[in-house]
Amino acid sequence: MRYGTTASACAALIRRDLVLTWRRRGDALNPAMFAMIVVVMFPLALGPEPNQLARIAAGILLVAILLAGMLALDNLFRSDHEDGTLEQLVLSPHPLSLLLASRIIVHWLTTALPLIVVAPLLAEMLHLPRSVLPVLLVALALATPLLSLLGAVCVALTVGMRRSGMLLALLVLPLYVPVLIFAAGACNAAQAGLPFLAPLLWLGAALALALVLAPMACAAALRISIT
Amino acid sequence: MVHVEGETPVPLLHARGLSYARNDESIFGPLDFMLHRGEVVLIEGDNGSGKTTLLKVLSGLLEPATGNILLDGEELTLARLSHQVALMGHLPGLKSDLSAIENLDFTIGVFGLRPGITPALALASVGLEGYEDVAIRQLSAGQKKRVALARLLLVPAALWLLDEPYANLDKEGIDLVNRLLDAHARRGGAALITSHGAYAFTTGAPRRLPLRSVA
Repeated sequence: MRYGTTASACAALIRRDLVLTWRRRGDALNPAMFAMIVVVMFPLALGPEPNQLARIAAGILLVAILLAGMLALDNLFRSDHEDGTLEQLVLSPHPLSLLLASRIIVHWLTTALPLIVVAPLLAEMLHLPRSVLPVLLVALALATPLLSLLGAVCVALTVGMRRSGMLLALLVLPLYVPVLIFAAGACNAAQAGLPFLAPLLWLGAALALALVLAPMACAAALRISIT
Repeated sequence: MVHVEGETPVPLLHARGLSYARNDESIFGPLDFMLHRGEVVLIEGDNGSGKTTLLKVLSGLLEPATGNILLDGEELTLARLSHQVALMGHLPGLKSDLSAIENLDFTIGVFGLRPGITPALALASVGLEGYEDVAIRQLSAGQKKRVALARLLLVPAALWLLDEPYANLDKEGIDLVNRLLDAHARRGGAALITSHGAYAFTTGAPRRLPLRSVA
């Protein structure tokens, strides 16, 4: 009798999610397209004045990427819930938090990583000073997994509801505010020539904490919402 | 039935004073019953009598309001779910973008594999030979049910909890479910099934567990 180990279960889940993303690779580009359109709207509304755009570029980018990530969140557990796979995962004898952590990691890889990849292009469109770009990318690398983890807890709470899109946004956005403040704080400090390390370290600390706690909260929330 | 010499066999499943309530409204119970290895028991009850809920409680998906569940003499709780239980619910639990084989491989990764069987063999024994690489999206409801049955054959679970296993199946499919249940019982497994229709089992009428509406 060969029972599945927790490692094999996580590996199977990661492999499945990567294959599923590849089968629907067109959809995987949607968040990046969304962020790009939002960024394009600002010069249209504010005028193409480079100095003015450069001053607000980091903030616009962060908000656009945060919103794009939030729109992609809804699908984190929804399809698994609708086809019954989530029920099977909850019933598996493995720690649910580890399975969910694997799911969240793949979700980050397939939705947030494309956003980080297009970020330099978006930054160029908004005349962000090139010296700030590395700080922005580090801030994004720390902030986006944090957003995915925080978001996953909220998605787990709302997965049992139909049409939970707006409710999810209302739950998630307040939690995103501190992340936005620290990420934008680092970029603005770098742009002003001030030390920018502290906000990045805060993001890193929050990420370490969320990596441990969010999957557990997510598992508890999911058990509540599927009953 | 598997007996240990000189001992009374420990039932595979033993429910003691089991009941479930949602928002203080009793759904079923309290129930006391035993299920031994080699038994197939039909849960009988009207619509809304809590058959599906009972299976979910027994699988560990829902927490009982009172009572407990012993599996091979050990208590089953949300924190200690077992490899010994497989639930087949209303939803097939299959990813529509993946092929039948890919879905089964995922199941094996999560739940493990019974010795002496492969995904291809399991698909063949539910009559889906040649459908290995077809996406689930392109299968009919009955064929999806058969893939879900193939999954039961693969996982190393002794206790099958089947919710409406006959739904969506043609006459041949109903025979298939009965054959699979027989084979599972002969191997020392046991099954609890819910069904609206009265179906003749190949080994005669099954034991019945009546479930009455509490309301």
